[in-house]
Amino acid sequence: MAKYLLLKHYRGAPRSVNDAPMDQWTPDEVTAHVQYMNDLADCLTSSGEYVDSQALAPDGLWVRHDGKGRPPVTDGPFVETKDLIAGWMVIDVEDQERAIEVAGELSAAPGKDGQPIHEWLELRPFLSMPPTVTE
Amino acid sequence: MDESLLRTLTPQVIGILVRRGADFAAAEDAVQDGLLDALRVWPDDPPRDPKGWLVTVAWRRFLDSRRAADARREREQAVDAEPAPDQVGDVDDTLQLYFLCAHPSLTPASAVALTLRAVGGLTTGQIAEAYLVPEATMAQRISRAKRTIADVRLDLPGDLATVLRVLYLVFNEGYSGEVDLAAEAIRLTRQLAQLSDDPEVHGLLALMVLHHARRSARMTADGQLVPLAEQDRRRWDTAAIAEGVALLQGALARDQVGEYQAQAAIAALHADARTAGETDWVQIAEWYDELVALTDNPIVRLNRAVAIGQADGPRAGLAAIVELDPALPRYAAVAAHLHEHDGDLTGAARLYAQAADRATSQAERTHLQRQAARLGALDRKDQ
Repeated sequence: MAKYLLLKHYRGAPRSVNDAPMDQWTPDEVTAHVQYMNDLADCLTSSGEYVDSQALAPDGLWVRHDGKGRPPVTDGPFVETKDLIAGWMVIDVEDQERAIEVAGELSAAPGKDGQPIHEWLELRPFLSMPPTVTE
Repeated sequence: MDESLLRTLTPQVIGILVRRGADFAAAEDAVQDGLLDALRVWPDDPPRDPKGWLVTVAWRRFLDSRRAADARREREQAVDAEPAPDQVGDVDDTLQLYFLCAHPSLTPASAVALTLRAVGGLTTGQIAEAYLVPEATMAQRISRAKRTIADVRLDLPGDLATVLRVLYLVFNEGYSGEVDLAAEAIRLTRQLAQLSDDPEVHGLLALMVLHHARRSARMTADGQLVPLAEQDRRRWDTAAIAEGVALLQGALARDQVGEYQAQAAIAALHADARTAGETDWVQIAEWYDELVALTDNPIVRLNRAVAIGQADGPRAGLAAIVELDPALPRYAAVAAHLHEHDGDLTGAARLYAQAADRATSQAERTHLQRQAARLGALDRKDQ
């Protein structure tokens, strides 16, 4: 088994097919979208593949160390051009082929007019533990 | 309390419940419930007869769940609550459970999870923690596995090769958690070796014991990988090495070599060298030839090239990787190692950096980045 991260972007991903931002959806469309995501998580739990999912608020800051004894420097809010992560799902699946299949389903979540968003998701494998037998 | 006793009893008690007429899936659930009861009760109130205790509690759990199911079906069937006493004999179905839980119709991950629960006697929570997934996900993975094998008969001979593959996976790709999966894989393989005299079972046990013997030298306290050549060999467990070598010799004497015996032979030759310089690379290369003949696995060919590089010089090793696909995992790392030994530090540094980018584990990646940095620094000093 291998763990994969499915990364959703607010900004920075290639344009999706059904590209209308969420604030132009009806409340029912938002509900249907959230329901789809929850159902998919349930479905992946039953298939023994679900690990975790989280959503992130769009606003955030850059933070960095600014030398010993000094408070960290912050910069923000993020500029409009920044690649912005909206959230993620982590799955534990047999192989990359299956990870792509799950990402495809997640990308089909309904958006405006109840139509699939066809959102681009970033699929990233986790680094794992090294195997015991190497020679 | 002695959890290993409980783990050993688990498959035996499942077998008893199945012989009393429970289907495997229900028996397995009932024994898992009994196991959880035991983990709660035994520390304060240890039973005089642990096996009898677990049989009684698991059977009661089975009847409870069947009554609940029957009530749902409006009692379409009567329940025969008491088993005939003679049905609980000394028959041990543990071997059959190994076969069932590693049935070829299961995916490797399902077989691993089911084996750890039904044969290993681990709780769903422990297995979930070990593989870093939520308990609900692991519970479902196990339920699905049980549905997949629902029609498989327990009394037919199974496929030993898939059993060994599953145990190897538990040993080799186990994560760490509350339960030491490598030690658990060894326990399960040791138990299997008492039930089967197949030389590959003993070969796999030897392989595990030999690798386990080097475990404390494989990583620094802060989790850095230490390559074989740089390990502090005084930290190797010599008693375990002696056991592994004896197991291997016993297996090889049967003259039916297989891939696990060949891998164990390579591990034994490494374990036998008091210093890295004393390693018998010629014999190791010969065992790799044997392993290539047995498996025709490209990763084995890659490891063979390392051995040839040590036995016949880096040029010979480089010649051996020419025919291999550079997309193979660890190809760049092997190429880097061979180039370094051939004196091409610039090329080796570049290849180590490439290998680090392609590493699939954090520890390996850090190790390879350190190698690239080390050679980069040497290279700059030369110029």
